[in-house]
Amino acid sequence: MSVADSTTQPRPARGPGSVAPSAPPAPSLAPHEAETLEQTWRDPPGIIGWFAAVNHKTISLRFMVTTFLFFIAGGLLALAIRLQLARPDGKLAGPDLYNQLFTMHGSTMMFLFAVPVMQAVATYLVPLMIGARSVAFPRMNAFAYWIFTLGGLMLFIAFFMGIGPDAGWFAYVPLSGPQYSPGKRVDFWAQMITFTELSAIMEAIVLITTIFKMRAPGMTLNRMPLFVWTMLAASFMVLFAMPAVMLGSTALITDRLVGTHFYNPGEGGDALLWQHLFWFFGHPEVYLIFIPPLGFMSSIIATFSRRPIVGYSAMVLALIGTAFFAFGLWVHHMFATNLPELGKTFFTAASLMIAIPTALQIFCWIATLWSGRISFKTPLLFVLAFFVILLAGGLTGLMLASVSLDTQLHDSFFVVAHLHYVLMGGAVFPLFGAFYYWFPKFTGRLLSERLGKWQFWLFFIGFNVAFFPMHVLGLQGMPRRIYTYPEEMGWGSLNMVATAGAFMIGASVLLFIVNVARSRRHGAPAGPNPWGAGTLEWSVASPPPAGNFEMVPIVYGRYPLWEKPRLPSHVAGLINEHREVLITSVADAELDHRLWLPASSYWPFLSALAVTALFVGSIFTPWAVVWAAVPVAIGTTMWFWPKRSTSDMRVASEQHPELFK
Amino acid sequence: MSMHGRPFATRMPQPVRRPARLVSLVPLVLILAPAAAAAAPLQDALRAYGVQAEHIGRLWNFTLGLCALVFALVLAAFVCALWSARRGDAHTEPDISSLARPERGIYRIIAWAVGISTVGLLALLGADVVTSRALARMPLQDAVNIELIGHQWWWEARYKDADPARQFTTANELHIPVGRPVVVTLRSNDVIHTLWLPNLHGKRDMIPGRTSTLTFRADQPGTYRGQCAEFCGLEHAMMALLVVAEPDAQYQAWAARQRQPAPEPATSRTRRGREVFLGKSCAMCHAIGGTTANAVFGPDLTHLAGRGTIASGMLPNNRGHLGGWISDPQTLKPGVSMPANLMPQEDLHALLDYLETLK
Repeated sequence: MSVADSTTQPRPARGPGSVAPSAPPAPSLAPHEAETLEQTWRDPPGIIGWFAAVNHKTISLRFMVTTFLFFIAGGLLALAIRLQLARPDGKLAGPDLYNQLFTMHGSTMMFLFAVPVMQAVATYLVPLMIGARSVAFPRMNAFAYWIFTLGGLMLFIAFFMGIGPDAGWFAYVPLSGPQYSPGKRVDFWAQMITFTELSAIMEAIVLITTIFKMRAPGMTLNRMPLFVWTMLAASFMVLFAMPAVMLGSTALITDRLVGTHFYNPGEGGDALLWQHLFWFFGHPEVYLIFIPPLGFMSSIIATFSRRPIVGYSAMVLALIGTAFFAFGLWVHHMFATNLPELGKTFFTAASLMIAIPTALQIFCWIATLWSGRISFKTPLLFVLAFFVILLAGGLTGLMLASVSLDTQLHDSFFVVAHLHYVLMGGAVFPLFGAFYYWFPKFTGRLLSERLGKWQFWLFFIGFNVAFFPMHVLGLQGMPRRIYTYPEEMGWGSLNMVATAGAFMIGASVLLFIVNVARSRRHGAPAGPNPWGAGTLEWSVASPPPAGNFEMVPIVYGRYPLWEKPRLPSHVAGLINEHREVLITSVADAELDHRLWLPASSYWPFLSALAVTALFVGSIFTPWAVVWAAVPVAIGTTMWFWPKRSTSDMRVASEQHPELFK
Repeated sequence: MSMHGRPFATRMPQPVRRPARLVSLVPLVLILAPAAAAAAPLQDALRAYGVQAEHIGRLWNFTLGLCALVFALVLAAFVCALWSARRGDAHTEPDISSLARPERGIYRIIAWAVGISTVGLLALLGADVVTSRALARMPLQDAVNIELIGHQWWWEARYKDADPARQFTTANELHIPVGRPVVVTLRSNDVIHTLWLPNLHGKRDMIPGRTSTLTFRADQPGTYRGQCAEFCGLEHAMMALLVVAEPDAQYQAWAARQRQPAPEPATSRTRRGREVFLGKSCAMCHAIGGTTANAVFGPDLTHLAGRGTIASGMLPNNRGHLGGWISDPQTLKPGVSMPANLMPQEDLHALLDYLETLK
């Protein structure tokens, strides 16, 4: 903080760490200063400006819309699957199309929706919740968005050209290997993994750095909102889980492309190696989809119960415990293999143990609701569905954790039911709740409550109609991933019920789209804090100004807007003419130094195009890695090229701080 | 696929006594009722016809009961919480007193709830370990040894014996003696497949480059259907296996028949049929014992006519289906390795006549 102080001596009263002269609650700048700040942080206008945007809110909104479009696409694929299975001996899709349909559905929902949508929401909310003006590494944040979008587009272009991947979303070798999946289909799948995992790792780095180093002064680790804790835990999980699948998919690509033999048992490779690598990522992936929604839960339940969440420390420890144990469960996806039986029992124990922290969190939320003053708004309804659906999914998970039971349930429709109960109950329901909750912050208008309640009940009932019968189908012997089944198996009626439920879900999502489209223009104006919530994102206007906070707040508790205002209320002394942010210490958020974040730039976009050319080209020839490295090198070099005007301004701000009044 | 008819109905001996039916799926019974009534082929994890499936069934009952109880309790607490909590709205003054003083009473209740949950989880772990031990301890004296090899998309079965002369090979249909243990050694020839006979035991993967075993016993006579459970490519859905459990004497008679070479054709027409088989591309992939055809690429056809289905449980084994299959397998099961075989009608009928003698 001393660094900061020395450069801002002309305005001693507002140097970082000094006390603001006026009293809280609403610190604001003079209008012309606010305008300068807005100009500084705003994205440039025009088409080129659109591609040069790096403001975290702009990128995040695009990211959310993109992942939502992939969610719609994945949902339409699911409806096609359900139509094919609705009746025995279905003839709508042949095996070739059907295998593409379920592979694309699974891959889209897992890689292009569930993981990235949580990061997308977080890059919007985390800076606002921790009192920061931006995420760390804003250009990398933009690059991560572009690379994700281009990778997802590549997958769907392949699908629409009739060469979509068809080996399932976990693409077991040797089926996905060069001998049994000739052509380029699986290569598109494996490269899509590379794209999305690269994006996910970058977003995790952005989020961890933002959370550790950019919290407003006073926001010690134990004052962080629980949502921020969940994103911290999930981001660390990404860092440990994603490299395993990138390694696995890269080995698969080299097996397919240049004749390595990682997975070829005939040449000393091993087919099970893929399963270990994939599930070492794949199981934690479920939890890194499921952990951020725990943060949505905590935010929404606290607001609509009008009290803090019971057991903050227990909640945080439960999150960390879940994130840690999630890496010790992967073998329960492999109980039908010939791994040693005693070893499998260890993984049964670990899989059961991870239920403890989840149970603890559920109990804490129930206690919060019990002792609070509840207001049944739509966001809360969606979140409450968690207690029914995720609970059921968690309990069927305990069944799958048992080695003996799993041998009957594994790879049957029971598993399909289980994973949808966990992922829809644990992630999609809270996510919709989160959209209803934060939509006013994103747009300044409230979503319609009436449509919202219709959507909720249609979704909740449709979901159970669609997926509950699948438990029974699995027990009746229906394996997953079959494109049809003979009539005498007796599975027809329950499949028909499931299909009807799937269309109810479809109708409910349609209602959501209508609600968003209408409320964006005609919704009730929200104001800064329509729900009377307690965390910092609700202290700024809706939608927030480009620089988030006119003045960086100082934090004294976990729910700053609920607690009694204290002095000093904010930090001053950051210049408005450049994207200057405050860097604070990891544990206690003490003032550390100031940092100039980079301005808008189209190089992240151009670099993403170059990397895309490299990745897609390498599907067809290994030489693409060599030749496309040239534009990638140019792009990523220009990305960091200093601008003379910025350097001059930096020097001037140090030598003549009085100019920056 | 609607032409399949009912390949199983005619071949299904009814179980002698009622199976150990596992009916603790109480809330599901209503939904299940119509489906269970129509069930013709036995492919159902809830109906155990062998000791291993019974062990797993008992574990299922216990786990389902405990989980249902937990579900009910947590949901009751949740509903009570919503019911009894006071109402508020966005203007209700938030109660932040808990930030200043810890809520020890609530913590104590939560600690108890977590403790009870942990005990429940330990009970599940114990039950799982007990079941695993029971499964591993099935006595294996006098076992039938079968090597089952997965292919895209059919099953090759080699019945092992210490005496090589007593070994034989068949495909897509196993016969086993009731009450005697069966040790199946699982291999794969191409991709990963999974053997799943839900009425007899849980699944076991067939992984190329690895060998695993599955031991089970059928305690009731009957025909049990299994289906590949690991996605194995285009026709994964059309890879079924029938297991016929029959009294030991019947099984011995069947095995003795299987050890015989194919009968010598008795008429000129069936002799012509054999010539077609040996002269066309059939013999390049298939074997018929007692002839010069001994390729191992496709299913062994020595006793084809004795099997209930063709194309891995896909079609009933009758003259019409067999003729259609030989002429144009790609329409019936796209992607299968067998090519279309165009031949004059006379040759086809002679071939079918011959194949029908391969009892």
